[in-house]
Amino acid sequence: MASTEVTDAPNPNLYTAIREDEHGPLTPVNRYSPRDSMPDYSHLDALEAQSIYIMREAFNKFKNMAMLWSIGKDSSVLLWLARKAFLGHVPFPCVHVDTSYKMPEMIDFRDRIAELWDLDLRVGQNKEALAAGKTFPNGDLGRVECCSLLKKDGLQQVMERYNFEAVVLGIRRDEEGTRAKERVFSPRNKNFEWDYRDQPPELWDQFKTDFEPGTHLRIHPLLHWTEANIWEYIDREQIPVVPIYFANEDNKRYRSLGCAPCTLPITSEASSVPKIITELATTRVAERSTRAQDQEAEDAFERLRASGYM
Amino acid sequence: MKIVIVGHVDHGKSTLVGRLFYETDSLPEGKFDQIKATCERRGVPFEWAFLMDALQAERDQNITIDTAQIWFKTEKRPYVIIDAPGHREFIKNMVTGAANADAALLLIAANEGVQEQSRRHGYLLSLLGVQKVAVVVNKMDMVDYSQDVFDKIEAEYREFLGQLGVEPTTFIPISAREGDNIATRSDETGWYDGPTIIQALDGFEEPRHSNAQALRFPIQDIYRFDHRRVLAGRVETGTIKVGDELLFTPGQRKARVKSIERWSSPPSDEAHAGESIGITLDEQIFAERGHIAALADAAPLQTNRLKANLFWLGDNPIEEGKTYKLKLASQETQCRIEKIERVIDASTLDTHTDGAASKKVDKNNAAELIIRTLQPLALDVYGEFVSTARFVLVDEWDVRGGGIVTEGLAASEDAYELGGAAWAAPNPVERFKRNRHRGCIVALHGAPEIERKLLPRLERALFNRGMQTFTLEPRHIDLKQAEYDPQTQALVARNLAAAGVVCLLDTPIAEGSSLRTFRMIADDARTAFIVAHLSASDRILERTGKRARQEDEEMFGDADLQVDLSGSRSEEEQVAAIVEQLIPLLQRF
Repeated sequence: MASTEVTDAPNPNLYTAIREDEHGPLTPVNRYSPRDSMPDYSHLDALEAQSIYIMREAFNKFKNMAMLWSIGKDSSVLLWLARKAFLGHVPFPCVHVDTSYKMPEMIDFRDRIAELWDLDLRVGQNKEALAAGKTFPNGDLGRVECCSLLKKDGLQQVMERYNFEAVVLGIRRDEEGTRAKERVFSPRNKNFEWDYRDQPPELWDQFKTDFEPGTHLRIHPLLHWTEANIWEYIDREQIPVVPIYFANEDNKRYRSLGCAPCTLPITSEASSVPKIITELATTRVAERSTRAQDQEAEDAFERLRASGYM
Repeated sequence: MKIVIVGHVDHGKSTLVGRLFYETDSLPEGKFDQIKATCERRGVPFEWAFLMDALQAERDQNITIDTAQIWFKTEKRPYVIIDAPGHREFIKNMVTGAANADAALLLIAANEGVQEQSRRHGYLLSLLGVQKVAVVVNKMDMVDYSQDVFDKIEAEYREFLGQLGVEPTTFIPISAREGDNIATRSDETGWYDGPTIIQALDGFEEPRHSNAQALRFPIQDIYRFDHRRVLAGRVETGTIKVGDELLFTPGQRKARVKSIERWSSPPSDEAHAGESIGITLDEQIFAERGHIAALADAAPLQTNRLKANLFWLGDNPIEEGKTYKLKLASQETQCRIEKIERVIDASTLDTHTDGAASKKVDKNNAAELIIRTLQPLALDVYGEFVSTARFVLVDEWDVRGGGIVTEGLAASEDAYELGGAAWAAPNPVERFKRNRHRGCIVALHGAPEIERKLLPRLERALFNRGMQTFTLEPRHIDLKQAEYDPQTQALVARNLAAAGVVCLLDTPIAEGSSLRTFRMIADDARTAFIVAHLSASDRILERTGKRARQEDEEMFGDADLQVDLSGSRSEEEQVAAIVEQLIPLLQRF
C-alpha cells in the first residue's frame, strides 16, 4: 500500500502514517501479511467509506466533540479512520478513561501513539471512587458496579469537564445483543441514560443531529463492522496495535482488552494478524466471553449500557 | 449482502432468524444452551427469538422492540441479517432496519394470513427502495402444510404487491419452528418445488454500484487543515476525475477538479461511487456544505418546490401549512407543506383525496404532497437516482418522516415574498436549537433589596454561560417611575422573549400585583414566564431590614421556582442557587 505523495507537505507525519518511534516499530512489520501477497480485502472499501462519512457528519455537526480511545483494536481502527476522514489530522481530543487497572502494555502503547501522532490526549479518571477504594479489585464492589463507577462515571466526568456534546465510540453491532440494536447517532439523556425502548428513527444516512441542551450524542462509526473486518483492516492498513493481542511464547493472547482483573487471555498460537484472522474464521466462542463483567447476570450488560456505559 | 426480515407481529421473524442460524450451524458456542437456560428460567418452551431479542423487555414481553443486526454466511457469501419489529408501535424501528437493506424476506403466518402490518411493511419496503422481496409463508405446520392455504395467501399478497409495482422473487412455504424449507427441502411440502430460504437468499442479485450513472458529489464539509481548501464528500453516483469541470448546484458555479485527496491510500486521479474522498479545485469559487457537484451536461434540478411520496412516523399529524426541517443529501432547509394531494392508508392502500381524512397525514401513514422549501435545493427525481432523490423531515428533535421526490416542480417565486414572515422567519424551535435555551421572562420575587442586588449578578451569570439575556428596567421603556405602567414593560418583555432572549425583569413597585399583570400578558402570547420565589431565613430578612414581598398564592405558575436562600451567605452563592434551579427550566422547550 503506497502512501499519497505530497511534495509541499509541511509535516510529513500528516501525509504518511509513521509507525515507529525511537523505541522501534509499534508493531513489527512481520506481524502483518507481506505487502506483495496481501489478501483481497476489497470488501473493506465500503465499510471504510461509510465510517469516514459518519465521522465527517459528526465533525460538521458538533462544535465540541471527542473520541473515546480505549486503546484496543477497535479504537486503533477508529483513530486510523479519523485520519483518513480528516486527511491525516485528528481534529478533536482523544479521551482515555483510565481505571488505573489497565494493563501496562496498553498505557505504554497509548503514550507512544499520542506522542507520535501528536494527539490531543485527555485522560479521565474517577479519582473519588479510586481514593475511596470503591472498586472490584479492592474487594468492595461487584464487577459491574466497578465498571459503572470507573468507566461510565469516569467518562461522564470527562464529558462534563470539557462540555463535550458528542463522543465518538468504537463499538460494533456484532459484539453483543444490546449493541446490535444501537443507532449510529445515539442520544443519551441528561442523566447519561440510553432510552433503548424509544430510539429515534435513522434512515438513509440522515442521522440525529438535533438534540436538547444537556443531552449528548454517541457516534458509532464502526457499528457495521465485524471483529474479523477489524483485523482484516488492521492487516491491510498495517495499523499498530497493542502487542498483547498476539500470542506469546506460552501460547496466550488477549482477544478483547479491558482491565487486568476482569480480562482473561485465551490459549492461542496466533502470533500475527493473518493468524488471528484464520483463528477467528474457525472459532465459535464469543468475543467478549473473556470479559468477566458481562457474564455476571443475564441482563448485567444491558443494565450497564442503559445507564450510560459504552 | 444486507437482508431485512419484516412482517406482522408474531408471524415468526425472530424465530426464523434463530432457526436460520441453527440450521446453518452459525450459532456461537454456548448460545443454544444459553437460550435454553433463559427459557427454562422463565418457564417457557424453547424460543428461538431470544437469539435476537437481546433486551430484557423484549424477552419479558416476547416481542421485538428494536431492530438488530447479526452476521452469518452461506457457502455463497456473507450476510447481514436485520431483524425488524412487527408491532405497530415500533414502525419507526422497522423503517430504520429496512432502510439499510439490499433485499427483504417478508413473513406471513399461514394460520393468520395477510394482516395489517404485512401490508404496511410491504408498502414501506417499496417506498424505502427495497425492491428485492421474497415472501415467506411461515407456520405451515399449523395449517397441516396445506397447499390450498399457501396458494390463497400467495394470490392475495401478490395482488397487493402488484398495486405497488413490486414483483416478489418467490413465495416460500416454511415452518421456522420445525425447520421446514429453511436450509433443506421439507418432506412435508411435497407439492412445493421452489427454493428454500437459503437458496432464496443466495438467489438475490448483488447490489450494484452506480459508476455508470451521472456524477453526484454532495459536499459534506470544507476543510482547511493546511494551505489547501479541500471539499470533502462521498461520491454517491458516477465517477469524478482530475480535470473534470464540475457544476455546483444550487448556485450554478463552475470549477475544475485539481486533485483528489485521500490519506494513506493508493493515489488515483479518479474516484468512484461509494468512495469518501476530498477534492481541491483550480479556482476558489463559493461552494459549501449542501452543494451537489455534477458534470454540466447532467446536473441535478434546482428548485424550491417538489412533489413527493412520503411516510410519516410522527405523533403529530402533517397538515397543510405546517413547517419542518428538510434534509436531502447534505442539504438542510426549512420547508412548508404546500398541499396534501392524497392521503394513503399504508395498510390498505385506500386513498383519500377529499373530506377530513385527506387533510392530515397521521402516524404510520403515507401521502402524496407538494413541499415548498425556503432555500433552493439541488435534487433528482427518484428512479434513476436514489440518494439525491430522497429526503427526511425533522420535527423538533427527530426525523419523523421520509420521502422520495416524484417530481421537481417549477421553482416558485421568492419564498420570502410568498408566505412572508409567517414561515420564513426562524421559529421558536430553531431559535431554541441555536441558543440552546428558550426565550422567556424571568422575575425574582423576594425582598426588593435582595432582588436589586441579585438581578445584575444573575444576568452576568447567565450571560457567562452563553445565554442570550437582558435585564429590562423601567428606564428602557423611557418611563419615569411615577408613570410606570407594568403593561408597557410586559409587552416589551414579551417581544424580547419572542426574540429568544431570557428577559430578566426589574420592576419598581414592591407589589405582587404587577407580577400578575406580567403573568397575564405572557400567558396571552404563550410566552414562558418564570417567577423565582426567593425565601430567605429570618436572619437575612433582619439584616436587610425589609419585609419580603407579600407572597400571593395565585401567583404561582407551573414553571415557578422556590429558591431557598437561607443556606447561602454571599450574593454569589445566592445567585448560584437560583441559576442551578433556573437552567433546567430554560433548557426545556
